[in-house]
Amino acid sequence: MAILPISLGVVPFGVIAGGAMIESGIPPQHAIAMTIVSFTGAAQLAAIDLIDQTAPVAVIVLTAVIINLRFTMYSASMAPYFRRFGALTKWLGAYVLTDEAYAISITRFRDGELSSHSQKWFYFGAAIPFWATWHLSAALGVLLGTSVLSDVSLAFAVPLTFIALLIPDLDDRPTMLAALISGVASILLGFIPFNLGFVLAVLIGITAGTAVEQRSTTQSEQPVATDTGCETT
Amino acid sequence: MMTEYELRTIWMIFIAIGIGTYGLRLSFILVVGRMEDLPPQFSGMLRFIPATVLAALIAPTLAVLSVDPGVGLDVAYTRVVACLVAVGIAWRTENVLATICGGLVVLWGVQAVV
Repeated sequence: MAILPISLGVVPFGVIAGGAMIESGIPPQHAIAMTIVSFTGAAQLAAIDLIDQTAPVAVIVLTAVIINLRFTMYSASMAPYFRRFGALTKWLGAYVLTDEAYAISITRFRDGELSSHSQKWFYFGAAIPFWATWHLSAALGVLLGTSVLSDVSLAFAVPLTFIALLIPDLDDRPTMLAALISGVASILLGFIPFNLGFVLAVLIGITAGTAVEQRSTTQSEQPVATDTGCETT
Repeated sequence: MMTEYELRTIWMIFIAIGIGTYGLRLSFILVVGRMEDLPPQFSGMLRFIPATVLAALIAPTLAVLSVDPGVGLDVAYTRVVACLVAVGIAWRTENVLATICGGLVVLWGVQAVV
């Protein structure tokens, strides 16, 4: 299970988030409850930073929500698989949707080996332990402060996991090109605040991939199967 | 730094962030769940999301473009080396654990040498 190393990789991040809450003067039990209510990593750190600066409430909320715009893309990407699930799975599944749970699940869903029922349990099997690890590490930060942070290079396990998930997914030219362009764009647009560079980079990558695919389709004049993985249940 | 906001205000902020973020997470899952058929163009675009998202999550951990005061590219060479090895392992083995371990060992190895 890829969720174990990736969960350990976010422990330092969770500890920092928890510790930052305490340093702002929020009582421990409230800090933990707020972490559970929002369940958002980067946006929580940004919010707490703005709360420290006594920024206007609307600005703080808007900043956090904009940072989380990427979840809309994950929601769209997961939606075809979630269609067959019941309401409870959809509502609970949406709450535990993270970069990590998304990355691990979608790459597995797309290879088409899991039945719909297995997909559901694979998703929760990844998302819920990740959720638990995040809150345990945030609680650790709340209790001990950020000083317990030992080895930051452990956080490198997160991008390494993403590499392990990405490489097998690059199975045709349009996908490779889309990923390459998105990666380069994410570096070049990284200076745009509120994670918007990331969202923009992904959209540019998707546009490039779609354009290349359409061109190759019209050139060969053969219909290309649109593979969302839905057909292979 | 201690905040000047009261606890009640901070709670309001986090509840609003929680609701907003949850809405984003739920958005398409709920809308698409109610649609009879998916438009083919939508499906065609969706298929590129995993690869583009993963690439955009990985790349900024390797290099950061700074624009202030001047434009410059800060490359974390140690990480780039570790990533290249990880890409090689992922390519050969398609094994997640081997990729992570290989990458971390190379990272720590290069850090120890340099």
